[in-house]
Amino acid sequence: MSAAQQVNFYQVGTFAAGNRLLGPELQSDQSDPARANALTSGHRACQGCGEALGARYVLDAAQRAAGGKVIAVNATGCLEVFSTPYPETSWQLPWLHSLFGNAPAVAAGVAAALRAKGRTDVRVVGQGGDGGSVDIGFGCLSGMFERGDDVLYVCYDNEAYMNTGVQRSGATPPAARTATTQAVGEEPGAAFGQGKSLPLIAMAHEIPYVATATVAGLRDLEAKVHRAMGMRGARYLHVLVPCPLGWGTASCDTVRIARLAEQSGLFPVFEAEHGEVTDVTPIRRRVPVEEYLRPQKRYAHLFEPEPHTDVIARIQRTADRNIARFGLQAEEAVP
Amino acid sequence: MKEKPFAITLDVGSSLANRTGAWRTERPEYVHRLPPCNQACPAGENIQQWLFHAESGDYESAWRQLMRDNPLPAVMGRVCYHPCETACNRVQVDNAVGINAVERFLGDEAIKRGWRVDAPRVSSRKHVLVVGSGPAGLSAAYHLRCLGHEVTIHEAQERPGGMMRYGIPRYRLPREVLDAEIDRILAMGVTLNCGTRVDDVPAAREHGGFDAVFLAVGAGIGRRTYIPAGDSAHILDAVALLGSMEGEGPPLLGRTVAVYGGGNTAMDAARTARRLGATDAVVVYRRTRDRMPAHDEEVEEALEEGVRLKWLSTIKHADGGRLTIERMRLDETGFPQPTGEFEELDADTVVLALGQDSDLTLLKGLPELTVDRGVVQVADGLMTGHPGIFAGGDMVPAERTVTVAVGHGKRAARHIDAYLRGTSYEPGAKHAPAAFDRLNTWYYSDAPASVRPRLELARRVSTFDEVVQGLDESTALFEARRCMSCGNCFECDNCYGVCPDNAITKLGPGKGFAIDLDYCKGCGLCVAECPSGSMEMVPEE
Amino acid sequence: MLKQTEGSRAVAETVAYCRPEVIAAYPISPQTHIVEELSRLVKSGALKPCEYVNVESEFAAMSLCIGASAAGARAYTATASQGLLYMVEALYNASGLGLPIVMTVANRAIGAPINIWNDHSDAMSQRDSGWIQLYARDNQEAADLHPQAFRLAEELSLPVMVCMDGFVLTHAWERIEVPEQRQVDAFLPPYEPRQVLDPDEPVSIGAMVGPEAFTEVRYLAHAKQMQALEAIPRVAEDFRRVFGRASGGLVQPYLCEDAETIVVALGSVLGTICDVVDEMRGRGVRIGALGITSFRPFPLDAVRKVLGGARQVVVLERALAVGIGGIVSANVRTALSGIQLDGRTVIAGLGGRAITKASLHRLFDDAIAGRLEPLTFLDLDTGLVERELARMARTRRSGPSAENILRDVGSNR
Repeated sequence: MSAAQQVNFYQVGTFAAGNRLLGPELQSDQSDPARANALTSGHRACQGCGEALGARYVLDAAQRAAGGKVIAVNATGCLEVFSTPYPETSWQLPWLHSLFGNAPAVAAGVAAALRAKGRTDVRVVGQGGDGGSVDIGFGCLSGMFERGDDVLYVCYDNEAYMNTGVQRSGATPPAARTATTQAVGEEPGAAFGQGKSLPLIAMAHEIPYVATATVAGLRDLEAKVHRAMGMRGARYLHVLVPCPLGWGTASCDTVRIARLAEQSGLFPVFEAEHGEVTDVTPIRRRVPVEEYLRPQKRYAHLFEPEPHTDVIARIQRTADRNIARFGLQAEEAVP
Repeated sequence: MKEKPFAITLDVGSSLANRTGAWRTERPEYVHRLPPCNQACPAGENIQQWLFHAESGDYESAWRQLMRDNPLPAVMGRVCYHPCETACNRVQVDNAVGINAVERFLGDEAIKRGWRVDAPRVSSRKHVLVVGSGPAGLSAAYHLRCLGHEVTIHEAQERPGGMMRYGIPRYRLPREVLDAEIDRILAMGVTLNCGTRVDDVPAAREHGGFDAVFLAVGAGIGRRTYIPAGDSAHILDAVALLGSMEGEGPPLLGRTVAVYGGGNTAMDAARTARRLGATDAVVVYRRTRDRMPAHDEEVEEALEEGVRLKWLSTIKHADGGRLTIERMRLDETGFPQPTGEFEELDADTVVLALGQDSDLTLLKGLPELTVDRGVVQVADGLMTGHPGIFAGGDMVPAERTVTVAVGHGKRAARHIDAYLRGTSYEPGAKHAPAAFDRLNTWYYSDAPASVRPRLELARRVSTFDEVVQGLDESTALFEARRCMSCGNCFECDNCYGVCPDNAITKLGPGKGFAIDLDYCKGCGLCVAECPSGSMEMVPEE
Repeated sequence: MLKQTEGSRAVAETVAYCRPEVIAAYPISPQTHIVEELSRLVKSGALKPCEYVNVESEFAAMSLCIGASAAGARAYTATASQGLLYMVEALYNASGLGLPIVMTVANRAIGAPINIWNDHSDAMSQRDSGWIQLYARDNQEAADLHPQAFRLAEELSLPVMVCMDGFVLTHAWERIEVPEQRQVDAFLPPYEPRQVLDPDEPVSIGAMVGPEAFTEVRYLAHAKQMQALEAIPRVAEDFRRVFGRASGGLVQPYLCEDAETIVVALGSVLGTICDVVDEMRGRGVRIGALGITSFRPFPLDAVRKVLGGARQVVVLERALAVGIGGIVSANVRTALSGIQLDGRTVIAGLGGRAITKASLHRLFDDAIAGRLEPLTFLDLDTGLVERELARMARTRRSGPSAENILRDVGSNR
């Protein structure tokens, strides 16, 4: 390690939101006392809402990257409902909500308008939950990708339809209990072999940029937003946002659970350009999937009355496959 | 802008009217907890706090913070056995923070830069006699001066420093470092009378018109044991050996030296013998290595320098350059028992390092004082049975280290101060401990400890140059930044970042954060994601 | 400029002169020729600045227009039939948000059975979507209604649908006075949005509104359409002044002043109806015709004024409200509330069935003679439907009617 690197070590510089010793250029956007707060206080998200957190992270970073000139288009869903019940809105940037399934197309329309008007300085972010993105909005999203519309589309993935009361979506993981995949019968919870990876599908469109992130990796997330905003065309960011209500976790555990999803290998964090994976965030402290599953009530049936070791092992195999497939296991540190 | 369509289109940020704080059943609070390093420090240093300053490269502030508790950082950074590092929470992540090394860096930096501490301009007009200029005496003198009192030190030896000078070898504590730190204390207006032995405390107090006395004469008499020996046996004690190193010429020990004992002084004696030309220096100890009182570091360094260790052995006889050694075994209680097996060992000199006693002859005329097992009994405030006469350091019951002595000096000074004012000193309530399980260590970057460079071996066995080198600035800074700031906010902004309700306000550098209870829903994310465990949830009433 | 051209092309050229900034295109017959021509105009650079976006569905087409319009761009698309239905959710959204999008609907039947030919089932199904609906009687009017549609939309902050009969108009070649750029520019000012997504003046558009204000929001939507009742004739008059020809407006009465029988209709069938009216007038029959151009808002007063003096009203509809019958008729009856006159509903021309003069003569003669049922299906093959009904009565599961009928039609040949 060179002397310069040693001096640059700041205890938490790489992982925490900020650090009193870092220069402004090295601080996260979220540590800025003058951050945009695209989503401000008074919103009606549940306590510890991962989506509220993720949306502010993303949009503040996008605004920073675009000099404040960002228009957001929002699909129907929790994020929309908790942020804009008449007569109050929590947004502080120009924001448009149209429908559940059309946010990518609406965003493409905004982008087209801006292009026609020569306002290329103003950038567009489309956003929705997993239902609005992987299911009902999927056609519009695929169209937006395929055309290369100049939109950064962000999916805040909490792995089910939370706004309507926690029903299964195409992003619900196997074995998870939802209101429509109940923890009863032969194979309780969501079925194995179903569900899709929208990041991989996005990559298949060979768009300029696809990335995944979680609310547990603020700096990683912000770096990806900045990277995406530095490009033109259709870009996709998939952010894992734990939902205390739907996952049955403590409100204080939102970030921890996201971290465990990442560290178990169940949620691979990577970047891809033009269809090729270009970078992965290596697992720093690997944990067995059980450590991720156990705190979540949606998986309680895997542990009670006695542990379903076969099902847990099956989920572990998914994690192992992700780790092998994306190369998530960090090189053993040289002692 | 035209009138906005009713209800469908809203003015931005209008949700501020919705005070979501009403949802809360618990609220977060910022707290201070006692870091394990601080808790473990015999000198009562606020280590976390001085590291906090050092992290930013503000070494002077760091040093000044350190100096509030300990006037000898450069000495301490060399000779302290750093229980702080043993207690350090970072041990459970990778390795302890190199607190001792940073302390030494700060101490050396202060000497290099000539930083000094000034006593208050206004004197209390109270005068305190300090007997002995070892670490306890110097520390007491320093703290008393800081509190505005006049201080006179009587020192029996020719030079000040006590065991720091006459017991700790130069290769561990260069004398220019010791002198610099003592001089800085003296420069605060402390009167030092060397070569002044106090034989009668009440008389000395009376004679000088002192309002209080602090006794810190240390434990400078080497403990002897009876070894049957012939006329030609050369036996001396370690205290005498190490003390004589400050004299005119080095003592003659011969080619082979046996050191009898298992403490740090035994290691010092053996290593000194190596440097004085002994080709074979053997430490003879009656128990096993893991039961040696010597610190691991000292043992390791001794072994590196070629010192041999002989376990489970007692010296039965010495004569004509040969020792008879009896093998011992440990009984089930761990006590060594003779085996009746003997062996021979060459030794031109036997150095006894079997512990030290205090010279308490000065206590005559103080019948109220209780002496038990060779040490003076004192109350919590270090006052003896005689009002106004306090005692500390090696002459009272405690672990005998420089750091403990420095802590005694501080403690005594505070109680003496209270005594002089006719009040009593009540130390502030301590914060709850900052236990490891309260930390969120995820946020600490992986950063194993820096190793302090060591003098090359060839020079270690031939010279008294300092063995352990200091850290350069960048490495010291790195070490300081490894501190996890257990139990105390270090402004990492995590709480500000992770609040989904933007209910935390950043007040600016050094000012911390405020929680906006109008909007805080009490989710607890800020507490859960606080790396240093300096927040907690408390129920709403 | 007068030219021999296809209806779709005339519309496309006129739309281009309206300087749309964003066009969303998705193919569906019989609307395709319009967006094809616009594609050419944009790609060639004749229309610029304009973003022409080939979207993946009609739902996306309308959604894209919503985004573009909210961002302050003049937005246009065209569709028909199933396409219109596929974008229904977005239609309501566009009007609810008050976005002045203009869309051409090349009217076509709705399946099943799938049918690509003309009737008004598609647009009629969206009569309550909050859009203004203007029906063109010929290709000249189809073209002319577009500049008017943009002006109305932007003045009122409401989306406007211009309905023109599929194939009958869209694919018909005829002499059309295509508006000129200079004229359109004089008639249609640049778009100044009532609300716009702008980082300099941010707003949140599309809030969730609960019971406390939803009724008021809907009332205001209705009130805006009522304002359109005043705006539509005014804009039509402006159009006449600039372009020198009459077009649009709320209603277009033909020989109604002394008419005892008035035939009400929308769209291209009015041409045939007026020809029959002329011929019957030649025979001395006091008959007239009322074309309704603005179906939404529905001009109750104007309709009542024209029809109030007649003895009999025949509403000829190219759509069917299954289970009740007429759609336009119901609206006409509302206009005639309290006036006692004989009203008959005729369902005609469904799925592209030709409405011939001969049939209309027969129909109107029957009406005047009092031989019409309250609900009549013009040129219905009664034998065929009776056989199927009989079959259905016999066998509970008699199979799909459409296939049974096709089989019958085949066996008849």
